[in-house]
Amino acid sequence: MLHTKLEINNLVFTYNKGASFEKKALDNVNLKIGAGEFMGLIGCTGSGKSTLIQQFNALLKPESGNVLLDGTDIHADKSRLKEVRRKVGLVFQYPEQQLFEETVAKDVAFGPKNLGLPAEEIEERVKWALDMVGLTPEMGEQSPFDLSGGQKRRAAIAGVLAMKPEVLVLDEPAAGLDPVGRDEILMKIREMHKRTGITIILVSHSMEDVARLVERIAVINGGRIVMDDIPAAVFSRAPELEQMGLSAPQAALLAQELQKRGFRLRDGLYTVEDVVAAVAQELSVNKGLNHK
Amino acid sequence: MKIIEADKVCFSYRIAGADGAEETLAPAVRELSLDIGEGEFVAVLGRNGSGKSTFAKLINALLTPSAGQLNVSGYSTAGEEHIWNIRQTAGMVFQNPDNQIVATIVEEDVAFGPENLGVPTAEIRARVDEALATVGMGDYALHSPHFLSGGQKQRVCIAGVLAMKPRIIILDEPTAMLDPIGRREVLAAVSRLNRQEGMTVLLITHYMEEAVMADRVVVMDKGAAVLQGTPGEVFLHGPLLRELGLNLPQITEIGARLAECGLPVKPGILTINEMADELCSILNSK
Repeated sequence: MLHTKLEINNLVFTYNKGASFEKKALDNVNLKIGAGEFMGLIGCTGSGKSTLIQQFNALLKPESGNVLLDGTDIHADKSRLKEVRRKVGLVFQYPEQQLFEETVAKDVAFGPKNLGLPAEEIEERVKWALDMVGLTPEMGEQSPFDLSGGQKRRAAIAGVLAMKPEVLVLDEPAAGLDPVGRDEILMKIREMHKRTGITIILVSHSMEDVARLVERIAVINGGRIVMDDIPAAVFSRAPELEQMGLSAPQAALLAQELQKRGFRLRDGLYTVEDVVAAVAQELSVNKGLNHK
Repeated sequence: MKIIEADKVCFSYRIAGADGAEETLAPAVRELSLDIGEGEFVAVLGRNGSGKSTFAKLINALLTPSAGQLNVSGYSTAGEEHIWNIRQTAGMVFQNPDNQIVATIVEEDVAFGPENLGVPTAEIRARVDEALATVGMGDYALHSPHFLSGGQKQRVCIAGVLAMKPRIIILDEPTAMLDPIGRREVLAAVSRLNRQEGMTVLLITHYMEEAVMADRVVVMDKGAAVLQGTPGEVFLHGPLLRELGLNLPQITEIGARLAECGLPVKPGILTINEMADELCSILNSK
């Protein structure tokens, strides 16, 4: 078992506690995230996922229960909150709206500068962070506003990476991008995970995107974690997902429909590649068709 | 009958030069020619920066062409005189519902448009009720929009446009910020508007699966329409779409790859059921 990086225990959180608008957003959430894990967090609007990720870096405080980072309660010592927020980097939706500096490099340098790091170290980090998200040093010298939508998004992610977080939480990193922009950003995130071993939590409404990247999926519904398993197991429960306002990737739904109609496919197929391979094999074996 | 006629429409954004340098022009739409018939459901695809949203704003006369001719229900968008007719004819729904809701009660928000048009009170009441019913939000008329889900909010925005009795509704990535159920709700409402009410729909989207619902798909690149046809026709062009920054719906992609494996899968299949039918017939064929 991996070293547990982030651990959520019996977490309860209510908005407007005691007021007439009181709303319980998190209801006894338990979740363990291993160091270096790549986890997906899915749930419909209002399910509590944004509230939960804000608990990860102490932007919100639990009503009861706790959040442990490397085994220590993040709220135990107020003077350590800054460190917690550096270690757990949150990239909000549409982060490019927060770009403000004259050049991309200056924008990425903003966080490390605030940490009071020496100039060489800042420069080193900026170079590294831009490289991680696939932006060239030349792009670093451009105004953020001269970049394309996908590039701007990646510049904003670089700004969080430059803080060298140990846990990176990405909220809808591909929303609003065209398919190739989506691919680029998701592949960069996957590569970054492989190269750095950073713990990543990906929040997304796109089941297709989640399916391509993560090793494990936690499903949150009505403030509770209702599923926590490998993608194959989660996506094989498509009707339950639909009831929660979610869905399974189209490829998974096709595989399940074919199974119903008598195709002998193994359970838990959910990517285009795996469905194609399994269907091709089933059809070729059955029909003796030529198949490269 | 044609409701939108675009003939070699051009538009460039003016970029102010830094430090006193001269302003430059950034062309966004170049010689775009495209006709849309009344009652048609057209999906517009294209990578970020391909000119889709600029085209939408041109139709609504938020922008006017720098060259070429654009008519909306017979009125040229170039002059000032028909601008209100055009805006009433072509209603727009944007990506983020939170930026479009102005009132604190759902029905008041929907009434905002017709009120500004000077519609008599009794008729506003009727229009608001009808519009909310059309998008399936009638039960929420007296709710506060802030407590609705994303899909519900976006449907309120659509109702707000419907209450102005447009003949065409333009949706610019209306589902980009929504969860799967929100997307399903919005798309069902849009589809119903088109099929049952005969409303002309222009849907701009980055989701290939959504384009499948349209009668016609138009692919834009560098400000021009470079590929169009029924969804089945357009999604035959996998490699070209990829070059244009797009991709295939997952089901169509699976079909294309199975065909590459030498299986006789008919190209351009779009839905799960059709694909399952096709694969079953291959399985059962002699």
